[in-house]
Amino acid sequence: MGAWDQRENYVREGKPSYLDERRFTQVGRSVPRIDGPAKAKGESIYTADMVLPNMVYGKIKRCKEYAHAKIKKIDCSKALALPGVLAVLTGDEAPNKWGIVPASANETALAVDKVRFYGEGVAAVAAIDEETAEAACDLIEVEYEPLPVLLDPFESMARASEVIIHENAPDNIMHKGDQIYGDVDKAFEKCEYILEREFKTGRPQQCYIEPMSAVASYDTQNGLLRLWASSQVPHYLHRQMSIVLEMPMSKIRVTLPTVGGGFGGKGEAASSEFVACLLSRKLGMPVKVTYDRDEVFFTSKGRHPCYMKWKIGLDKDGYIQAVDFDNTLDKGAYAGWGVVVMFYTASMVHLPYKVPNARTHVRNVYTNKPTTGAMRGLGGVQPRFAMECMLDELAEMMGISPYELKMKNAIESGYTAINNMYTPHTEYKKCLQTAVEKSGYLEKHGKLPFGKGIGLAGGYYITGTAYTLYQSYKPHTSVTIKVDTEGGVTVLCAAAEIGQGCNTVMAQMAAEALGVHYEDVHVQTGDTEIGSFDLGSFASRLTYGSGYAIREAAKEINEKLKAMAGGVLGCRADQLIIKDRKIYSMFEPKFTIDWATVVQKYVNSVGALIATGHFSPPRRKGIDIITGNRVQGANIGHSPTFGFSCQVHEVDVDVETGRVYVKKVTEAGDCGTAVNPMSVDGQVEGSIVFNMGAALYEEMKFDANGKHLNPNFHDYKCPTFMEMPDMDTNIVESYDPTAPFGVKETGEGAVQPTFPAITNAIYDAIGVRFYEVPITPEMILKALKEKKEKEAGCGCGCS
Amino acid sequence: MKQLIKLEINGRVYDVPVSPRDVLADVIRKKVGLTGTKKGCGMGDCGACTVLVEGKPILSCITLAITCNGKKITTVEGLALPDGQMHPIQEAFVNQGAIQCGFCTPGMLMSAKGLLARNPKPSLYDIKHEMSGNICRCTGFKRIIEAIEVASETMSEGVK
Repeated sequence: MGAWDQRENYVREGKPSYLDERRFTQVGRSVPRIDGPAKAKGESIYTADMVLPNMVYGKIKRCKEYAHAKIKKIDCSKALALPGVLAVLTGDEAPNKWGIVPASANETALAVDKVRFYGEGVAAVAAIDEETAEAACDLIEVEYEPLPVLLDPFESMARASEVIIHENAPDNIMHKGDQIYGDVDKAFEKCEYILEREFKTGRPQQCYIEPMSAVASYDTQNGLLRLWASSQVPHYLHRQMSIVLEMPMSKIRVTLPTVGGGFGGKGEAASSEFVACLLSRKLGMPVKVTYDRDEVFFTSKGRHPCYMKWKIGLDKDGYIQAVDFDNTLDKGAYAGWGVVVMFYTASMVHLPYKVPNARTHVRNVYTNKPTTGAMRGLGGVQPRFAMECMLDELAEMMGISPYELKMKNAIESGYTAINNMYTPHTEYKKCLQTAVEKSGYLEKHGKLPFGKGIGLAGGYYITGTAYTLYQSYKPHTSVTIKVDTEGGVTVLCAAAEIGQGCNTVMAQMAAEALGVHYEDVHVQTGDTEIGSFDLGSFASRLTYGSGYAIREAAKEINEKLKAMAGGVLGCRADQLIIKDRKIYSMFEPKFTIDWATVVQKYVNSVGALIATGHFSPPRRKGIDIITGNRVQGANIGHSPTFGFSCQVHEVDVDVETGRVYVKKVTEAGDCGTAVNPMSVDGQVEGSIVFNMGAALYEEMKFDANGKHLNPNFHDYKCPTFMEMPDMDTNIVESYDPTAPFGVKETGEGAVQPTFPAITNAIYDAIGVRFYEVPITPEMILKALKEKKEKEAGCGCGCS
Repeated sequence: MKQLIKLEINGRVYDVPVSPRDVLADVIRKKVGLTGTKKGCGMGDCGACTVLVEGKPILSCITLAITCNGKKITTVEGLALPDGQMHPIQEAFVNQGAIQCGFCTPGMLMSAKGLLARNPKPSLYDIKHEMSGNICRCTGFKRIIEAIEVASETMSEGVK
């Protein structure tokens, strides 16, 4: 029995249960994930596990000499002469530019004319085995002309007249934008409390444990290309492949084997995928390209470092009046998701507090480092860090608890932000309240002994986006449900199960909608040919999007089955209910028939029972009808609904070593209906540890020439079992009446409060505020030393 | 160049030609064809490649296959009970929600098996300490610990 069954207020008084849309039997159960046993037995096939007849292996030659250089000459003759080598490939053979955002697409399968970051691919080899391919890569001779290396975004802008990274970005700025809502300057004039601060965030990477892998098989007879890849966006990958290979999408089929995590890093196409396809087309043989861990570090697009300037003003009662936010992002070498992440940082200002006046200036700047991109909670984590820390500091200025300040400013259901972002439903205040009460925050905050601290922070995230990344008005998710006497119920959708558990949740929602049991449903995802259209796993969009489409498809199937059952039972179809594998009259229990019997009768007399449902998110921005102007910020930030959460972190700071130990985390989240509470808790626990790593340890490091110094798990430190805090996660009662089954997101919202909650806890522990993550032991020790010196006075009498 | 070695994997003997530089993980995955064992880093840092050699967990991606000549190896495929039922550790991982993407799971299971063989009733610290060579990026570790605790309970009941 799931946690759902204990929630008495979900059995609503005065309404017959069959009419109560919120009373679920399949949704809300903590069932184990459907792919669990296969994964536990080592039977799940990941891309790197695949072997096709006659398959050969590809490897990519990477530039390990420079982070920025012109390619003068590539000589592959020695590599080609090596026995066992079948083909070589260079960038000029596939020069079409790809990128997930078409307006800024500027990557090529392999570098063309110049390399822009250390580790960029310059050529590739196909050989009979990986060892031969690796040896052949070493034999490829590349002549470079080094260019000045720009590693810092401010240096990059300052030196743009001297050196540029992309021809079409003469100022080295990928994109910039301003969003101004209300009168910020006037609002600040009336503020009683004003705080200005600068923040900086680090450069962590997703570090999914499965390195990217791709297997491509091109059929020279019929011109069909099959690609198996560890991706979280089969559709976008499909689209990019069509552009680079100059083949129609209908000739390409993308299939996902089991995927070993993504966290955004597999949310774009990868060179491995292009190289496998190009080599396979060249050879007419299947080709596999699997990355080593250092290749993942070079190419997986980690989180944008942000250099942020903030100004927040409160009136005398503590209500936020104005926010001024300036953000410079380190884009790395290529555009990728850059424009999207950049505008998300601007949008994130508007929730979960009421901000009546806001101004943001954002710019995303090219540097000669690996490209940054989409990483769990994209665009939200950095501004959330700053805002939640500043509200902590402002509360102290006012002499009130941060909890009180946050409760005072928190939004309510039905709130429309000044940028027109609309929140149909929120339980954010309940999240704050639950986490504070359960952790004893108010009793502990400011009262713990030196070295121990407690910190509070809130957050929110989108539940899917309002727009596709390219101009298109088609539904974002389509789900086909097939019901027959052989396969039972099959749900077909080209969504991506990357470990987050969408297949299990889709089975639960389909079972709920069809009135059958979760075990009766088969889910087929991750195939662009079999599944109905879906955009992919990103932006925490899938539970909502697929839930909506499932409900729509199921409605059509249910109507057909009810008509058939009505005829058999001799009662009106619209009085029939389908639940628990039975179809029965809501008024006369004697009119009952097994669901499977009706399916059989329908299939025998009519034929296959198939329906497709679609989901198109509501749009909130676009053209202003009155002025005719395009509304600022275009399409970023809007979502059908939003998830909310709050975390309270308790830390111990070792004042001798500078190490921070997160001891206990109390979390409360509003994810709407928890379709699978165990899975929700798993997402939240994973999120906390994930961002605890980026708050305290994780950082990709580069030397002065742009050489990546720690592209391995030995020197790049992810949290282990030893760092795991005690975690108390709480799902607050929530139901979004506008959402299918009342659902919202939880996969990315739960990473949002972690940075600021830890930072605020460190302040509570040692009285030092940090404005930069990761907060390393060196930073702690230095700050403690400075604090001690300041307290002791410097000896000049100034104290 | 190549040498024929004998590996007894999950109770079955394989004669495999290997070169001296071949690591055990590659031999198990590519030559024997048991792909349940995963390679996440190739440097012994993530633990996904953990297998048991003579009952002890080792990192197969930094172990030369040639050093395992004649030894008994257990991989994740050999964990299930003879009737095909899942081992209590596997069952606990599934039921406790200790699996998300599943890529670290084989290594986690083998490390847990090694731990419970040495220490059937591990404390929380024992579990954290002994499992700290295995990285999971999805779960935040909590449910893996719970699964090991549940498995420890189930297995000790079995002994009684």
